[in-house]
This record gives sequence, structure tokens and C-alpha cells, in this order.
Amino acid sequence: MSFLNKIGVIPNDESIFSSEDQTTENESTSIIQKLTRRTFIKSAGLASSSLVIGMQFSTLNAADKKDSAFSPDVFISMEKDGTVTIISHRSEMGQGIRSSLPLLVADEMECDWNRVKVKQAIGDAKYGSQNTDGSRSVRHFYYRLKEAGATARTLLQNAAAIIWKVKPDQVSIYNHQAKLKNSSQVLDFSQLVEIASGLPLPKKPSLKLKTEAEHRYVGKDNMKNIDGKEIVTGKAVYGYDVELKNMKYSVIARPPVLFGKVKSYDASETLKVPGVIKVVELPSLSPPAVFRMLGGLAIIAENTWAAIQGREKLKIEWEHGSNASYNTKAYEENFKQALIDPPHIVRNRGDWDKAKQAADKVITHDYYVGGIAHATMEPPAATAIVSDKGVDVWTCTQTPQSAQGNAMGVMKIPKEKAETVRINVTLLGGGFGRKSKPDYVAEAVFLANETKMPIKVLWTREDEIKHGYYHSPSYQSLSASFDKKGQVTGWYHGMVNHPIGATFNPAAKQAGSAELGQGDMPYDIPNIKITNGESDTFLRIGWVRSVTNINNAFAVSSFVDEMAVANKVDSKDYLLALIGKDQHIDLAKDGFKYSNYGENFDDFPIDTARFKNVINIVAKNSGWGKKLPRGHGLGIAVHRSFCTYVATVVLVSSSNKQVSSSNSQASSSKNKITVEKVYYAVDAGKIINPDRVRSQMEGAAIFSISNAFYGEITADGGIVEQSNFHDYELARIGQAPEVNVEIVASDAAPAGIGEPGVPPFSPALCNAIFNATGKRYRRLPLNQYGIV
Amino acid sequence: MIELSINGSKHKLDVSPEMPLLWALRDVIKLTGSKYGCGKGLCGSCTVHIDGQATRSCVLPVSAAVGKKITTIEGLSENADHPVQKAWLDLNVAQCGYCQTGQIMSAASLLNENQNPTDDDINTAMAGNLCRCGTYPRIRSAIHQAAKLAREVK
Repeated sequence: MSFLNKIGVIPNDESIFSSEDQTTENESTSIIQKLTRRTFIKSAGLASSSLVIGMQFSTLNAADKKDSAFSPDVFISMEKDGTVTIISHRSEMGQGIRSSLPLLVADEMECDWNRVKVKQAIGDAKYGSQNTDGSRSVRHFYYRLKEAGATARTLLQNAAAIIWKVKPDQVSIYNHQAKLKNSSQVLDFSQLVEIASGLPLPKKPSLKLKTEAEHRYVGKDNMKNIDGKEIVTGKAVYGYDVELKNMKYSVIARPPVLFGKVKSYDASETLKVPGVIKVVELPSLSPPAVFRMLGGLAIIAENTWAAIQGREKLKIEWEHGSNASYNTKAYEENFKQALIDPPHIVRNRGDWDKAKQAADKVITHDYYVGGIAHATMEPPAATAIVSDKGVDVWTCTQTPQSAQGNAMGVMKIPKEKAETVRINVTLLGGGFGRKSKPDYVAEAVFLANETKMPIKVLWTREDEIKHGYYHSPSYQSLSASFDKKGQVTGWYHGMVNHPIGATFNPAAKQAGSAELGQGDMPYDIPNIKITNGESDTFLRIGWVRSVTNINNAFAVSSFVDEMAVANKVDSKDYLLALIGKDQHIDLAKDGFKYSNYGENFDDFPIDTARFKNVINIVAKNSGWGKKLPRGHGLGIAVHRSFCTYVATVVLVSSSNKQVSSSNSQASSSKNKITVEKVYYAVDAGKIINPDRVRSQMEGAAIFSISNAFYGEITADGGIVEQSNFHDYELARIGQAPEVNVEIVASDAAPAGIGEPGVPPFSPALCNAIFNATGKRYRRLPLNQYGIV
Repeated sequence: MIELSINGSKHKLDVSPEMPLLWALRDVIKLTGSKYGCGKGLCGSCTVHIDGQATRSCVLPVSAAVGKKITTIEGLSENADHPVQKAWLDLNVAQCGYCQTGQIMSAASLLNENQNPTDDDINTAMAGNLCRCGTYPRIRSAIHQAAKLAREVK
């Protein structure tokens, strides 16, 4: 219990809901629900809760009466002393969501933020999607959470009206208090909670949501991270830090090649290591990989060190299987072949082939971006107990419901008994997409069940680098055709990579995803052809922060810069001209069924005016066009991803000065690139927490420096060649530039922030390097050229 | 038996003398504020102070810490009131926060030796601490602010 309190997880040993619960169903999308006091005390362990507001989102299980009637997604509860508890149902991995969403609720409810507590939800379908991925927490929950807050505020307003015997419009609610109009009388929320808890819920149409101007916390700059103090004192609990009574520690020797198997092993030396308890074989894996265990041999020990030592002493003969044929460098030739006549045309406008034939000039360039590992500072970790009461897991997961499903798969627990598998979500020491793939949860549950002991599975750094779900390497070919006046007449973009789809379906061959920055490029060109080639897949491929936007944006925005240079036009002016008139781009006209990050086009159009606006802002802030010292250069790129528009200008210098980094190769005599400064202009629509928007952009720049300078996972014989930070390097503090961020004030629907800062960085960087040095780099990472 | 002095308290441990201090702290003494990131002294997440010096606990055998004064993040201050912690909170430095205890211990050690570090001093002293979230610009600002805070206190 003390541990549960420490990480703010709600114990879930009793059913949350009973038939006593009152429900009001609205015509529209959400059902606001008020639970009785007794039920909530039972469910949430809050001894003196009186008012509990829940929301249910009809997108989930709308047809399932039981769930839709009684399953709230988000709780607001208030104790008798007025303390408000807001449930965070999304995972915190550094993006600040545990601060930002509760802030939105508290603001709408007119809470005093100092009297708000945040509790982390367990994994449960009743919350709707908890998959904290795709930069969508705010995009999906902004209005729904405002409605929840407004419902609670209205109940409190109605309660005060009853006490004062006036109409509700004579009562205003401000900062945890009700105030009577034309009077000095006030009532604290603590004085209203009992009465409010007995009132009928207001109908949704009667709710008055606060305007932007009325927000007191939302959009303000000085809001502190709610976990800040725990973090700086070392008290914050991550997946790696979970400690249970009698818990044992496990590290696993996984097959070096994907789908490899243990042929034989000798654990005699392992078992001699003091502290090693036993060695357990995990079931071997056959395709598809999905989020299942990789197999191998687990060392169970009294501490992590003993487990690591035991693993080193293990003698294993592996049967590598067919993926041992894979060599990343050699496979580039297959990629090139795959782009000769790619079978998948994803977007087609006019007639590219004709435009090319009729052209006065055609330029063609190929781009290659290496595979990338997530390299979260906290490697994956999960702790599990299996008992007659079910399965309890504590883990750093972006997607507790997938983790739950994975655990159920291991234990063969049917769907109707999902509540017996409780996924408690800790803080995540970085996510970037890795922790939405809960293979490590399956391992912990399997081992806890086999050994009948509480087991913590810890991935070492070597495990994390060698057994990841990688961003695929990619090969791309782009061409543009021009008429005699230099006007662009055609655009061709072919792309091939190992598809993420192969992780889920071994037959998947089509490179993907054109949805992410390839098919949706915004340039207004009369003839467009965009294609994908096919490829086999030999490693687990997954999504890494911004996914294939990483490589697509690099190629598209590098190539556009090359077009500008070829036409002797300023890069910024060329971008603006190529985007053309103000319009909402209709990709369906070009035969491209674009999914738009799952959003509708009314709220989230592809709006060329917003592209141009961020370009103009970033150009102004960066002093675009100014004269720079010798060896310096500015580069620009613009990209829309996750429905957010980001323009980036990077300032670099090229010199032979020593960079303050343990990464720099002293042996190379070449000039080195320094990223001096980065400018971002970001239009994400409405935002909640500007400080966290800025921090995500700062982080995106530095994440992208790591990608662009060093990011390359390679395999030989199907075995990943990198293993730790000496051969999979990350940017260090001496390489971190100052990052200037301007957030566009916007009334548009809230979009996404976690990922959109990544895609435009690498092309802006390489465009800047071109302007500083005259050299164009079309392959990432840049360390292969000796310039970083 | 190995006897260690950690945050002013004596601890007797029945562990192999080769066990890195990090695992003794985390798994045996249950002080989990010092983090694992690489196990090879490459990332700095495990940084503690040994007699005031920033040290990577993941590659330091417990036997080498005997008789020394070990300070972990849990012992850096009474109530998050070390100037470095204050500056970290004031500037909202942390994103995921995982590497930050190591960053803070390295920064505190730097300020012990250099009360007014330049950007270059900071870049050199902090080069061993990785942050994947990319909080480096704020770390630099926070160290300058902490230095100012510490000078004002004195």
C-alpha cells in the first residue's frame, strides 16, 4: 500500500462500479456520470470523497451497454476538505501530460491548483484509449476534459445557489470558492461538496465552457511540473525502481537474431554465481513479433548484478534461423532495386511521366536515412506478481491496456476477466514509442507465473539497443521537372523501407508509411507521383518519435532546398512560392486516401496558410537573409505532422575548433559542424501548457541532433552490431544549442506536440550545412562523413 | 561484510566486493534515486558523490567505496533545497526526469569546485551525463542560476 501511494496508483482490488451509480446520458458524445460516495470510496480508496464526476466517451464500446452505461474515463473527485483529485489516464514520459491535462480540468472547474492532487490510472478500457502515442493526448481530450471540469463547476454553482436560496446565475465560481453576486459572501468548495454530490447532473448543452481569455492556468507560462520535486529528490518512481517484498531480479539472454531459438545451453557456471537462483527458458517466438516475448533464457537472482553476472557465464548455442541472412549495408542494394519501378502508387496528380519527358530540366537525388533505436534513458522494465487474485504489474508503459492484453495473452486469461490483470503505470524514463510495445511486460508476467515469485525484469542498455523495435533504414529517390522558365512542372518521390506492418503481419511488404510526410507533402505542383517500394523485414520495426516523418521530411525538405538552389532562388522564398496560394489541400483529388492522423478535415485541414505563417515567423526570428560570418549557414524546413505545423531554421558553423564532447573524433582533421542555434515556429492550434510545448521543441531539436549525427542501427548476420552509448551515441550537452521557440497564437483545434518538432530538424540542419560549406549531405547519420 | 557510509548513515552489506555501488544502493539498500542507464560509465545517470566528487556508481565496486563518504541524491539536501535542486525546479528542467538525479549530482559537484562556471566549464563538467529528452539548454541555465543562488546564500 505504501508503494502504491508513493506512485499515486489507485488500488483496484474491488470493482469500481455498482448498480447504485447514477448516470445521465446526453445526446452527444460523452456521458457525464456521478458516482455515489460509497461506490467511489470503495473503488478509489479515498476515505472521505464526496463528489465524483466521471466521463465516458462514446467512441469506446458504444455498443456494449454495460460499459457505456457505467464506465467513466476520467474522474474528478473532491474530499470533504475540498481537495480535488484528478485522474491522469495518460502516461507521463517527459511530455508533461500529468501536469497539462489535470491543469485543463482544474482550470475549467475553477480549482485552486494548490488544492489539486493527480492520481495515475491503471490500465482499463473504461478510460477509453490510454495509448499515449501519436501526439494525441491533448488532441483527443481537450474538449472532453473541459466538459468534465465544467460539469463539476456547475454542480458546485448549483449547490451554492441552494444554500443562498438564489438562482444559479447569482453565483460565480472562482478559485475554489463560490461568490454571491452583489455581496461579499463566499463559500469554499469544502462547504459545497456534500450538497453538490446530491444534485442531478447538469445537461451537457447547459454547460458553459470557459473561453480562452477566462483561463487562469491554461496557456500560462509559469506552471510547474507536478512531479518536479519528486524528480529532483530521487523519490520519483520509474518502472526500473519498483521494489516489492520478496521480489527477485531478472535479466534475459535473448536470441541474437529475431525468431532465433535456444538450441542448447549450459547453466552450471551461472548457477555458481552468488545470488543466482535459477535459469528459466522462455518460449521461442515465431512470426509475427507483435509485442510478444522474444524468447531466450532468464536468469532469476537476488539482485540485478548477480543476474547480469549469471548471464555472462551462461553458455548458449543458438539456432539463428533465416533472419541471419540480413546485412543492413548489403540490403541497401535491395532497396535501390525496389525503387526501380515501385508497385505502389500512393498519390497521383496529372502525369509525372509526361511532365518528365517534356521537361527542360530534371533533377534527381537519392537520400538514405539509417535505422534508429529509441535509447530511452530508462531501458524497459516490468515487475509482476501472479497470484490466485490475478496478475499485478507495475511498469513504465505508454499503453497500459496493450500491456494488459499482452499479460492476458501470456496467462491465457479470457477478455471477460480483464479486471483480474491490473497494470499499474509508473513514470516513464523516456518513451519515444518504445514503451508502447510491452514485450517486457509479457516477460515479467511469464517469469512471475513460472517461478511463483514477484519478478522484476530489467533490460540492460545492451538489451535495449540490440533488441529494439527500430525505426527502419530507408532509401528514397526524388525528382523534379522544370520548364524553360525554371517553373517546376513535376514531382516524383519513391520511398522504400522495412515496413512497421511486418511486425504485425509477416506478409507485409509495402514500405510505409506514405501517410507520414511523403504523400501529404504540401507543394502545389501540377504533376505529382508518389510511390512505395516493397521490402522484406528482418528486425522488429516499430515507431520511433515521429515515425517515418523522420526520413520522409529529411528527403522532401532537403530536396526542396536543392530545387531552390538549382533555380538560384532564396530557400525561404522558394518554399513559400512552392506552397502557393492559401487553400485546404484535398489529397483525395490525387487518389490518396489520407488518414490525417485519424482526424477529420474540418477541424484539421491541410492548410497552406498555416504552413506559410510558420515559415514567415521562423524566418523573421532567425534573421533569415542576414549576412553571416564565414563558415556559418542557416537552413530552413517546414513540415506538418500530427496535425501541427512546424518551421525550423538551424544555424550551423563549420570550423576546426574542438567540440566539447566525448563523441568527437580527435583523429579526423576535417572541419566539424556545430549547431549554434535553432529556431522553431510552431502552430499546434490551441495549447494548454506553453512551457511544455517549448520543452518538447527544445527536446525535439536535441533528439534530432542525435539522429542526424549518430543514429544508425546496423545488423550483420541478422545481429544488431551496436550495443551501448559508445557505439550508439547520443548528443551531449556541449552539442546542445540554444533553442528559440515561438508558439503561434491560434484558435484552431488542438493538435499534437510530442513529435512534430523532430521531422523538420534534420533537413534544416543539412540545408544549413550546405549554406555554410557548399557540401550537400544526402545520407544520415553525418558521422560517416567525419564532420561531427 | 562490507560497511559503507551513505548519506551520513552506516550500512553493513553482505554482497560481493565487486558489486558496483549502483546495484548495492538500488537493490540492497533500496535507494533508487541513483539510476541505471548504461552500466559502463557512459551516461552518468548513476552519478553519486564519493567524498564530494561526482562518481559513476555503476562502475565503482563497493569495495572501492569503503571508508569514503558516499552521498546520493537522497542525501543531497533535507528538502529539495540545495541550490541546484531549487534552480532545477524553478526552470522546469526535467522532462521525463530519469537522468536528472545524475545531472543534479554532477552539477552540485561542479559548483563545489567552481562557484562561477562558464558555459564551457559546464559543457566539460556535464559531458558525461546524457539526457535523451534533450534538457541540456535548461541544465546549462539552471547551473548558472544555481551558482548565483549559492553565491547569494554565502
